[in-house]
Amino acid sequence: MLQILFDALSLGSLYALGALGIALIFGVMRLVNFAHGDVIAFCVFALLWPSTDAMAIVFAGQLPWYLLVPFVLLCGAGLSVLCEIVVFRRFRNANPATMMIASFALGFVIRYFLLMLYSSRPKSISLLPTLSQPVEIFGARLPLLQLITIVVTMAILIGLTLFLRQTRFGLEMRAAAENFSMARMLGVRANRVIMGAFALSGALAGAIALIFGSQTGTADIQMGASIMLMAFIATVIGGLGSLGGAVLAGFLLGAASVVMQVVLPVDARPFRDAFVYGAVILVLLFRPQGLIAARGTKERV
Amino acid sequence: MSLLALSDITIRYSRLTAVRDVSFSMDEGEILFITGPNGAGKSSLLRAIAGVTPVAGGRIDLAGHEITSQAPENIARLGFSMVPEGREVFGSLTTEENLLIGTGMHAGDRGWRARATTQLEAIYATFPILKDRRHGQAGLLSGGQQQMLVIGRALMTNPKLIAIDEPSLGLAPNITDQVYERLIALRAQRGLTLLIVEQSSARAMMVGGRMILMRGGQIVLDGDARTLGNGEAIQAAYFGYEDH
Repeated sequence: MLQILFDALSLGSLYALGALGIALIFGVMRLVNFAHGDVIAFCVFALLWPSTDAMAIVFAGQLPWYLLVPFVLLCGAGLSVLCEIVVFRRFRNANPATMMIASFALGFVIRYFLLMLYSSRPKSISLLPTLSQPVEIFGARLPLLQLITIVVTMAILIGLTLFLRQTRFGLEMRAAAENFSMARMLGVRANRVIMGAFALSGALAGAIALIFGSQTGTADIQMGASIMLMAFIATVIGGLGSLGGAVLAGFLLGAASVVMQVVLPVDARPFRDAFVYGAVILVLLFRPQGLIAARGTKERV
Repeated sequence: MSLLALSDITIRYSRLTAVRDVSFSMDEGEILFITGPNGAGKSSLLRAIAGVTPVAGGRIDLAGHEITSQAPENIARLGFSMVPEGREVFGSLTTEENLLIGTGMHAGDRGWRARATTQLEAIYATFPILKDRRHGQAGLLSGGQQQMLVIGRALMTNPKLIAIDEPSLGLAPNITDQVYERLIALRAQRGLTLLIVEQSSARAMMVGGRMILMRGGQIVLDGDARTLGNGEAIQAAYFGYEDH
């Protein structure tokens, strides 16, 4: 039972962090950033030396954790800010559909860039191997990594909440998410807020890359896409642009996946995702605006 | 030199021309009402000055700087503060957070909240109701309280000129009276220049000052509110037919 709870929490953590990365950017510029998943993949590959060999040549992956973690977070933030400057800035006044398509294209550019450097074969990496040792808590045997995932995610969520509530920059971001042009009329710098959102979102992608990379032990150029899909669904269920909603829905999706894995009859388990998406459709039928509707996206009268 | 000068401003929304060749200027400390029927282009004009609506032609100068098609945040830095139509309160933020946003541009990152406190106290002295509701969600304030909040929020940027779009919209007449009372007092206290858009010219006649009457995207009358108010010209401007 406890095992299920922890499985649900750790899977939910990944989805919640992913959803948060998408919701942050959606909040300030109404962009659904489908390149987010590829930023995650990029962060994983940043640990390896570029080569098309089947064997992974570890580069940054060998660093001690206190250097490794900032390195990956910076990679994510850096790439994300670069995407903003090079691509999304030109689309700032475009309609959301155009921006979304641009983000798809950008995602492909990143993915094929990785493909070119690293080939498409998944590579095995052992990232922070000490973390796979099991620990015993309340009679349940859990991998240490699972525990760390949950603790780190909680710490990130608390840290982000404090940042958004207590700092001037956080206040500006919340104001901009609700009403961007009003915030600008009060002197909030558009570029600063948008780049800040991209940097935060990219750092979150880096965190996911670390967690996911150590969990799966592989680097695969497709790996961002699977999380991205779930994370995107979580932002939609949570109410696009609502950070709290994105986190809540991320954890709910994680829980739904894990619980269905357990309660579904054995024959139906391979179709687990169909059941999860079925539940998603049900939620959206009853609450099309999402669990927690964001204010800025509501229709103005 | 005038504080704000517009020359030959034209604003278009795709093929619709909302404002055509409008020019006027304002001196420091002046109070100017822009009135006119719905669709006259009053709000478009304010939004163009604020930098949120692009102009198709013409030039805007504020305090000696050209601000035509500048970013809104830079125009705010030159001392222009806007209270838009429908107020646009940040409903999910608290009252105090709404006020604090405008102080960001004059403060460093560290200790900005502490430094903003004196400014906050000044606003709370003018609008005591905001102090009572400082930690409450701004979206839950009444219409009149929200109007006070957005005027306070606009003042927090330390502006030279405040532009207010329909301060009486959706308010009971006695609340509107209160709002205007505070505005007049603030103007005297801080030496503010006020640019107020109202649909009806009645308020301009009561308060006095200069009045510009717009219709169909152009200025039809410009003069002292009290003398204009009694003339037949104003009736013609509101109800008459345009003679093209």
